[in-house]
Amino acid sequence: MKKMLLLGDEAVGQAAADAGLGGAFGYPGTPSTEIFEYLEKHASEYGYSAIWSGNEKVAFEEALGMSYVGKRAIVTMKHVGLNVAADPFVCSGVIGAHGGLIAAVADDPGMHSSQDEQDSRYYASFAKVPCYEPATQQQAYDMTREAFKLSEDFETPVLMRLVTRIAHSRAVVACQPPDENNGLGIADDPDKWVILPAHARRLYPAALNRYRRLGEYAENCRWNKIQPAANPADKTKGIIVCGTGHNYIMEAFEILGIAVDVLRLGFHPIPPKLLAKFLEGKSEVMLFEDGYPFVEERINGLAGAGPAVRGRLDGFIGETGELDPDRAIDCVARFLNAAKPQTKQVSVTIPARPPKLCPGCPHIDTFTALNDALETRQPARVFSDIGCYTLGALPPLNAINSCVEMGASVGMAKGAAQGGLKYPVAVLGDGTFEHSGLTSLLGAARENTPMTLIILDNGTTAMTGAQDSLANGAKLHSVVAGLGVDPAHLKKISPLPAKRGENAALIGAELDYAGLSVIIAERECIQIIGKRRTA
Amino acid sequence: MKKDIILAGVGGQGTIAVAVMIADAAIEQGLNFRQSEVHGMSQRGGAVETQVRLSDKAIHCDLIATGRADLLISLEPLEALRKMNYLSETGTVVTALAPVKNIPDYPAMDTVLDQLRRAGRTVYTIDAEAVAKDAGSTRAQNVAVLGAAADFIGLKPAAIRKGIEKVFAAKGAAVVEMNLRAFDMGREHAAKLEA
Repeated sequence: MKKMLLLGDEAVGQAAADAGLGGAFGYPGTPSTEIFEYLEKHASEYGYSAIWSGNEKVAFEEALGMSYVGKRAIVTMKHVGLNVAADPFVCSGVIGAHGGLIAAVADDPGMHSSQDEQDSRYYASFAKVPCYEPATQQQAYDMTREAFKLSEDFETPVLMRLVTRIAHSRAVVACQPPDENNGLGIADDPDKWVILPAHARRLYPAALNRYRRLGEYAENCRWNKIQPAANPADKTKGIIVCGTGHNYIMEAFEILGIAVDVLRLGFHPIPPKLLAKFLEGKSEVMLFEDGYPFVEERINGLAGAGPAVRGRLDGFIGETGELDPDRAIDCVARFLNAAKPQTKQVSVTIPARPPKLCPGCPHIDTFTALNDALETRQPARVFSDIGCYTLGALPPLNAINSCVEMGASVGMAKGAAQGGLKYPVAVLGDGTFEHSGLTSLLGAARENTPMTLIILDNGTTAMTGAQDSLANGAKLHSVVAGLGVDPAHLKKISPLPAKRGENAALIGAELDYAGLSVIIAERECIQIIGKRRTA
Repeated sequence: MKKDIILAGVGGQGTIAVAVMIADAAIEQGLNFRQSEVHGMSQRGGAVETQVRLSDKAIHCDLIATGRADLLISLEPLEALRKMNYLSETGTVVTALAPVKNIPDYPAMDTVLDQLRRAGRTVYTIDAEAVAKDAGSTRAQNVAVLGAAADFIGLKPAAIRKGIEKVFAAKGAAVVEMNLRAFDMGREHAAKLEA
């Protein structure tokens, strides 16, 4: 048995490779990026394809196509990426899968690198798709191996839900021998794969039936089990944990020297019989799950009949934020009326050290020139987007007024122009533009909307570690021209400190034009220049 | 044997690399191991933290509770202060002295050192910049700090040296040698900060 030191992300990647993967698809996003990067690194060794996709929706559709031809496919993204891929994901829940199909999605409780804490388990239950929640790197590996088989046995896509602390933590993982070929050929059942209403009215009840059978699987699978305390502090109290919640509760039990019965859940749908068995004789349960109160909401439905429920909804463990051992110690101590160990804290006020744009970053020069141009042009608003350049919102630049989600800048600037804002400016990177700015720009070009779009072409998707974007330089220029942008108002600047005045004048002239302008600020990310030097 | 270690620094200083060197050494010695890190936005010059847990018993979770760490290794003095509350009252701090002043309100160095002195923990400092430069490159500062902390990690220095060799193997023998030199010199140059 091969033992490897792996991040949780990498454990998912290694498991997919060992499962006889046909192809890896994905769009980068912290904390999911390393799943794909690991698969990309080992693609030729194992003989599968691994190519970054333009966005998460595209990635999921490509994976679905791979599944259609009978091959095993994995698609990786962060939690908010699943919003982008929601359409094919939910539809595939109705249609099902052929070759094993896994969506490996990494949630970010605590928002270390994200705009929200949304919990992907809701998508799984919404789409009637089974969901694994690993607690350890070893489980991330074992569950991924099992998920491919489950996907083929039940003909369903599967969600592998990671959280930051699994995705970005390393441990030693024991790997299993590779799978045999799944023996599947190309699908040829249009009744199943053409989601016409007449078919869907038959497919949807079948999907619900499949989900019920998955519920039975959940009753007996090894990831869901009651873990009785050897010496319970209170037999009427119990704790229900999901995924990583288990780890923190076990740590708290050890530190506090106290324990009660635990129901451990790692596979959804929630098994009702196992749950009922656990709740028998319990007057109070605490839920400890990272993310939203997913299981808690379902158990609260028993209110009045069942035990009292402590968790996020009543504020007992806190409504928001990542779980950690401190929170577990505090919650277990309060739940079981146990004494908490005291630690002597040092009290010092320390200035924050937030992330910032790298010294020499081209975005700084674009924002500086833009700020200069806007000084005499008001009212103006700068709609920006998701990427390193979002840091332009912070002092000293204070250069952007909004950032919502991937591609929002272009649509919001257009809407603001239609609402009468005199100087609407959209600013986004090449990667984000190609992810979901293209269609919005096509609309603005058709209307010749009076707005200015600045594309920060640094040649890469920098924030997530410099993955290739789909088009840069001359190719990006021709893509933008091809969308119908007036060539007289499609400009290029070199964002450099020496060109500040010249760039500000050009941006100002385009701001004054009462139609659509696109300015491409082209200079390579200094991180990739650095990477190339050390390569 | 159980060691809970917090690694602190500023994005780009190489805290994760230090964690991987310790990981390799721990596995070499047959210990259980967990290491947690944060990627993404914070890597752009922000405060970063990596947690390392070593034990000959099962390790329940990837994170260390406040007030329970045995050792804090910091590549930057202000970041050492920021993570101080992770340490148990008997914990040890090993920190580099050179500040990374990428914020406008960086306190005076005397204030930082004074607060480190008054934190009630055993503090060792190292001029990692000078040590790494003497070893051959200022890029080896993280390894010099690892050297200064080596005697508190609970692993055999020889095993840590193997970890360093493994991490730098792809960069050639000269880089490996230089980093091993930085590690050995770091071990000799740790100085206790007298209260």
